Formats: sequence, structure tokens, C-alpha cells
Amino acid sequence: MHIRVQPEQFDAGAELNAFAQGRSDVGAVVSFTGVVRDTDGDLREMLIEHYPGMTQSAITKIAQEAVDRWVLADCLVIHRYGSLKPGEPIMMVAAAAAHRAASFEAADFLMDYLKSRAPFWKKELTSKGADWVAAKGEDEDALNRWR
Amino acid sequence: MNVMYFAWVRERIGVPQESVETEAATVNDLIAELSSREERYAAAFADTSALRVALDQELSDFGASLVGVREVAFFPPMTGG
Repeated sequence: MHIRVQPEQFDAGAELNAFAQGRSDVGAVVSFTGVVRDTDGDLREMLIEHYPGMTQSAITKIAQEAVDRWVLADCLVIHRYGSLKPGEPIMMVAAAAAHRAASFEAADFLMDYLKSRAPFWKKELTSKGADWVAAKGEDEDALNRWR
Repeated sequence: MNVMYFAWVRERIGVPQESVETEAATVNDLIAELSSREERYAAAFADTSALRVALDQELSDFGASLVGVREVAFFPPMTGG
């Protein structure tokens, strides 16, 4: 498992190549990259706060569950915090397994859990001011799919 | 114990963390005690359905015991991903 929590930008393509490189034991690698979206054309900055003591352990727990449940050969989670600009990557996950169904499902599971169980909070800065992004009820409902 | 606040809870209370001397037995007791001390706590804790709590960096619930707990964190529902 590779888990990184960092303020710096990352290159999702390079990360995916490095993750998938040199393996002959997997038949499927699925990745997802989350990007800062400027919905109304007015987003100046996204600020992501996190709980440093808890973040790494919460993500490790989620990733370990994915590895165990889908018998992953490996998985990758990168999540940024701090100041992000529209169009920049926020986070990425990648799951490597023998077959594609396991890789797709594990990546989907990782995303659902990172969204509402990893201690990050997003704030959007626009010309109108700063607003915390509210969690959506459907994000919590999404977790029920995996129970 | 060390009490931490994140996101709008931190902004409403005005500090990211503080050391609190308390005999509170549960998270709910701690919330009641802080809320009775000052209005900024009462405002932040007015609707606990909009809050989450972690005890020693593990998600927990408001009825949980504080016995042996060193760090309590209050925050809104997480918005990662």
C-alpha cells in the first residue's frame, strides 16, 4: 500500500505509471483522479483542511479493508491538503488486482469511503466569500452499498 | 484532555485546540459543560446532528465514555475525495 497526504501538486499520470510498472502478477489496474472543479466559473481557490494525527491512520484503515476484501496486489492513495487551484488534482486512488471487476470495485469503494470517512474538509473561496463545502446525504448513503 | 476543532467548528469556537480540565464522563457531558461555559461553544454545539466526534483519532459517538481518552476532536461531516 502506498499512502501519501501532502500539500504539493502531483502528476497523476506519472504516479499511475510508477504504481503499475514492473508488475506481472496483476491483470488490471484501475485509477481515479479527483480534480478541483470550478462549477460557476467563480472559484479562486479551494482550501483543504485535515486532521494530521488521524488522516494517515484513517486512510490506511480504509485502504487495508480494500486490499483484504478484493485481494488487491497493491493500492495507492494520494490526497492533498492546503491551497488548491481550479483544475489541479485533489487526490487519486489506484487499485491493482488479478481481474478488472476487483480493481473497479475496490477503487469505487476507496472513493466512497475517502469522501466521508477520511478527515478532510473543503472550503471554496469565490468572489462572494468563503464557504465550507457541505457533505451530501448521498455520500453517506453510498457507504451502505458496501455493507 | 486535549480538545480539537476543525473546519467551521474551529472558526466558530475561535481556536484550533485547547487543553480542557473536566470531569465529564461522556462526550455529551463534555458538550454540555463547554456549552454552559461560553456562548461560542453553545453556538458551535447547538446541533450535534451536524457534527462528528473522534476520540483519540478514531471516529466515535456522542454517548461514548471519556474514560482514559486523551484527545477529543469535533468537526463537521468530512468532505474528502
